[in-house]
Amino acid sequence: MNTTVRSIPDRLRSPFEQRLKSWESLLLLVAIAIFVANSFASPYFLNAWNLSDATFNFTEKAMIAFAMALLIISGEIDLSVAAIIALASTAMGAAVQMGVGTPGLVFIGLSVGLLCGAFNGILVTGMGLPSIVVTIGTMSLFRGISFIVLGDQAYGGYPASFSYFGQGYVWWVISFEFVLFAIIAVIYAVLLRKANFGRAVYAIGNNPTGAMFSGIRVQRVKFILFLLTGLMSGIAAVCLTARLGSTRPSIATGWELEIVTMVVLGGVSILGGSGTIVGVVIAAFVMGLVTFGLGLLNVPGIVMSIVIGGLLIGVIALPRLWTMWRSR
Amino acid sequence: MLQHPGITTTDVDTTKAVAVLALDKVTKTFPGVKALSEVSLSLYPGKVTALIGENGAGKSTVVKILTGIYQPDGGQILVDDKPTPFPVPQAAATHGVTAIHQETVLFDELSVAENIFLGHAPRNKFGLIDLAAMTEKARALLSGIGADIDPATKLKDLGIASKHLVAIGRALSIDARVVIMDEPTAALSHKEIEELHELVESLKAQGKAILFISHKFDEIFRIADNFTVFRDGQLIGDGAIAEVTEAALVKMMVGRDVSQIFPQRTPNVADTVLSVAGYSHPTEFEDISFELRKGEILGFYGLVGAGRSEFMQALFGITRTSAGAAEIDGAPVQIKSPADAVDNGIVYVPEDRGKQGAILDLPIFQNVSLPSLGRISSKGFLKLAEEFALARSYAERLDLRAASLDTHVGNLSGGNQQKVVIAKWLATQPKVIILDEPTKGVDIGSKAAVHEFMAELAAEGLAVIMVSSEIPEVLGMSDRVIVMREGRIVAELADDDLKPETLVRHAAGI
Repeated sequence: MNTTVRSIPDRLRSPFEQRLKSWESLLLLVAIAIFVANSFASPYFLNAWNLSDATFNFTEKAMIAFAMALLIISGEIDLSVAAIIALASTAMGAAVQMGVGTPGLVFIGLSVGLLCGAFNGILVTGMGLPSIVVTIGTMSLFRGISFIVLGDQAYGGYPASFSYFGQGYVWWVISFEFVLFAIIAVIYAVLLRKANFGRAVYAIGNNPTGAMFSGIRVQRVKFILFLLTGLMSGIAAVCLTARLGSTRPSIATGWELEIVTMVVLGGVSILGGSGTIVGVVIAAFVMGLVTFGLGLLNVPGIVMSIVIGGLLIGVIALPRLWTMWRSR
Repeated sequence: MLQHPGITTTDVDTTKAVAVLALDKVTKTFPGVKALSEVSLSLYPGKVTALIGENGAGKSTVVKILTGIYQPDGGQILVDDKPTPFPVPQAAATHGVTAIHQETVLFDELSVAENIFLGHAPRNKFGLIDLAAMTEKARALLSGIGADIDPATKLKDLGIASKHLVAIGRALSIDARVVIMDEPTAALSHKEIEELHELVESLKAQGKAILFISHKFDEIFRIADNFTVFRDGQLIGDGAIAEVTEAALVKMMVGRDVSQIFPQRTPNVADTVLSVAGYSHPTEFEDISFELRKGEILGFYGLVGAGRSEFMQALFGITRTSAGAAEIDGAPVQIKSPADAVDNGIVYVPEDRGKQGAILDLPIFQNVSLPSLGRISSKGFLKLAEEFALARSYAERLDLRAASLDTHVGNLSGGNQQKVVIAKWLATQPKVIILDEPTKGVDIGSKAAVHEFMAELAAEGLAVIMVSSEIPEVLGMSDRVIVMREGRIVAELADDDLKPETLVRHAAGI
């Protein structure tokens, strides 16, 4: 029995209670609502294979979004992620032409991702440049290299075993990508919530000066975050290239904004300092379900963008409107 | 009939001139503190009045009342002998009162002319800013104060002294009758100070009344006509500068018994734990060498800008040094970052709690554990129960007052925030703790608790460095005091030398 006098309680509200009133709970309700609406709107929605197909809408983006979430929580951003996919995919395509096998291709894809992340990281943490500017620059740089190498050509001829990463199924309707997505989600959730590293990320995002004055190696943590984002872009490049079976320089165009949207929709503060991986996971499902549902209804892509944009603004404005209405 | 202001112990010739601006028995109370208690002050046209007092004497409060930022609780403001409240800062400006603050409030990305005329720029017939007229007026204004600055330059391209001149230009742009200068020379070099003094002379010649706040006695005696001394929010004395000596001013400034309110300690000083040799920085400090022993409280005293905080931050690995070496327990250490410093047992409680000391938006327990994450985790993963236990033990030791350990530090009072910062560092089990102005902005009750605790830490064998600008605190707590001036150590005082007058003399270089 603990007999010490507890002058100050640990918490006033239990973690469960805090979770119940969180952004993530609200988002989960939105996800359920969209799921129900979809199942009424289209008779093809509630089909295991169709739902499985729907997950491909977000699995690759979400893998990057997890690393991006940590980066944004720390107060930085990486807008070059889609361009890293293009460069990594191009490198793999070129390697295929030289007869490199599946393990070599994966190694090349991940290495290019890491190198691009390291390049961003050095510019931001080593030279103290603002990450938004650096990564807008490297966004053009990385994709530009792809365009120079490929022009209007495409690389194809990927080995059959390589296609497993984008087209394989682990069991019944459960795809390899979905399993990978789930595993990565758990790893990042644990990293952010339970590891020393995650605590440092939150501290830096809230107050970089205070974190530095507390003995946190701020630049080192940020560099690792850029490495992770690059690595995740490399993994996404492997999956996407394997799924499409070819590489064009325009691969994954515009993904950086969809990924940032996913992160922000997931409740991560764009100003840094707060957010959870659970929120990003739910946001990934929300975006995937909306895209898939609208797809089943034959809604054109541009309308989907409008809906996603409206959803983002709506979900973010809703709690603010609620408090404004209540305080009147 | 109004009582004529400003007559207390005065020899000032008030028969000829009417004070253009005066305070009459003004009182200002903040929660828990009486900042000003029935103080009076008079400013005359063409005269420089020096306002003298320690930190916390109430000088800044006076400036804020004179510029309409604070409202007095009692007493009144007199303009040309007529009671005139300044309900808003604009009211002070309308009556020609303008202040040049310690840290200039200017905008780096705007031009010099825009900075000078921000808020009252000349307009053209469309109601838009008349750029040509503004530039011309700014040029005239700047040449009037002998400043050779192009009005089109962006402020960020100017040096600190030129920025001060721009601030002065801005102050004069509203056709000021009264100019308040709050430690204008604290951040300036010798040559720049000369120029500023000349400027004060020329303002004086133009018939402006000047309130000059300074800690530097040489310049007070050089440029001031009158003096007013405050201590603990009370008027101690005023009069003509020609009829007073430095010694008399220092005595008025610090004269009080300081021995009673501090914890009685019997220093139990042991081996040397930290020795610093020749620490230098290109601009901030030079050749700092000293030794620190276990169980000792070493005070660092000096004026604002003497380089104390800058040196401490270098010792903690935040600023790089150009030369110098440090040893912990006789072994040389390389400190290139705060993380290195913490690894070597040196921790730093900064003056700026909100920005540097604590992470206000994180809960108490996470703030306390932040530098000790390695201790409460295994293989890189946190153990929440141990984290709370760690936070609890130090919170209880420091008598922290909070609703729960999950409360955000930003919701605590200044004193309790300071306790969190100290708790955070004690949890790392340091060898040397540096406290930079540990009781600044801390209420009286918490102040005593912090002092008590410092004494306790020293008694347990921790080596304590305390940077403080409060003379009673320095004298009441320190076993030994190092005085810094202009980036150098000018004196090391102990025992019988620990007197207020001695400290002030060394710090001001007189």
